Amino acid sequence: MRRGKAPFRAIHLFAQTDRAGVGSLPLVALVAFFLGLTMALLTGYQLKKLGQEGMVPALVTVAFTRELGPLITGIMVAGRVGAAFTAELGTMRVAEEVDAIEAMGIGSRRFLVAPRLTAVTFLMPSLSVAAVLAALVGGALICKAQFSLSFSAYRPLVVDALELRDVVAGFVKSLLFGVLVGLISCYKGLSVRGGAEGVGNATTSSVVQAIVAVLGFDTLTNIVLVALFEQ
Amino acid sequence: MKPPVVELADVYLKFGDNEILRGVNLRVEDGERLVVLGQSGGGKSTILRLILGMLQPTSGSVRVRGHEIPHMSRRRLNLLRQRIGMVYQYSALISSMTVRDNLALPLEELTRKKRKEMDELIVKNLQRVGMEEHLDKLPSELSGGMRKRVSLARAMMLEPELILYDEPSAGLDPIISSVIDELMVAVSEHSGAASIIVTHELESAFKVATRMTMLYEGVIIADGTPDEFRQHPDERVRNFIEGTPPEDLSFDI
Repeated sequence: MRRGKAPFRAIHLFAQTDRAGVGSLPLVALVAFFLGLTMALLTGYQLKKLGQEGMVPALVTVAFTRELGPLITGIMVAGRVGAAFTAELGTMRVAEEVDAIEAMGIGSRRFLVAPRLTAVTFLMPSLSVAAVLAALVGGALICKAQFSLSFSAYRPLVVDALELRDVVAGFVKSLLFGVLVGLISCYKGLSVRGGAEGVGNATTSSVVQAIVAVLGFDTLTNIVLVALFEQ
Repeated sequence: MKPPVVELADVYLKFGDNEILRGVNLRVEDGERLVVLGQSGGGKSTILRLILGMLQPTSGSVRVRGHEIPHMSRRRLNLLRQRIGMVYQYSALISSMTVRDNLALPLEELTRKKRKEMDELIVKNLQRVGMEEHLDKLPSELSGGMRKRVSLARAMMLEPELILYDEPSAGLDPIISSVIDELMVAVSEHSGAASIIVTHELESAFKVATRMTMLYEGVIIADGTPDEFRQHPDERVRNFIEGTPPEDLSFDI
């Protein structure tokens, strides 16, 4: 029998990556675009009263790179991908497919959990980057339309506002949210009991718990990062 | 001398206050086709789950080829499971995979066979069950009987020493049921693998069994050849074979 094998086959990772990442990209980008637009609009009006509307690009950049990009992505992925993972694994559990996989001597954690967890963990930073870019585009459109800030003037303000610590903080959070969503959704799926109703309950519970976990760990990470680097 | 394929010794299994198995002893040798009979919910399928190590007995010993299953490490258990084929009541084919991929799964995950070799094995095993024309279909496109046949082909992919069948004829019409029975006998005779068949379909049981055993309220109350079973003196066995309900199951409507 096969020894020294990889933890899982690349084809399963690519399949999950395609489902979780490529499929989530339009939704994440669209939501972030609207939020970036709204944020630029509302903060811009307040800052304009102080004559500081030129701060809008920096505000959108920092807020999304460090906080809202990963957070929105985490919530979207928990709702879209986490729910799909839980429902799929739960249905497989109910239909004895998971039992059949285990009965063949194929570890269900290796075959079912590892590719999903890896895909969602490493996709989250990429999706976060897409979310940040989409939000910046939204911000740029508002800055041009409402505050007469051209695209060519907008770009250097964004670049100047970016700091390495914000990028790293956003990246670390994204990875963490990916692990949380992956673990919660797979665990909930494989623990399903009680047929179709059980799958429904597990899916709801998975989404709720993943979103709460993402928000909770976001707060915790912010506290730790501020304590470590901002004092 | 090889140890028996399966050996259960004084196995007890309790879930809370509910005693599922009470001192079960069972031994299955190479090439045997043991049919386990008994009422629904009587613990028949539980025996299969114990043999696969998916359940731990409360006490007693469960051995496969001399290896003690309870408390075995996950890695060793997975290696042992590769020597066992399992056919589930509802087939348990992976619904998102085609017939070909379902059969390829154990080969891809557990062996280092080349693609060409895998394809040949897949076709060979599907030919055995008469399903070679349905390679690229999804399980949802197959009938219940066809799914069972594919499930049997999948169970044979790693040439197991033991094949476990959980209610193989359940939900099938008599003709398809008969086809499955013939396949079970053919597979057993061709491969020499031992089989444990859990069922309450008597016609099917008498057709495939080389030995039969009956579980009643968690205890084995009869064990013997099909002929011995037909003339068994125990009233509970006779009632089961004749389909006579016990007095405490009569209804006053």
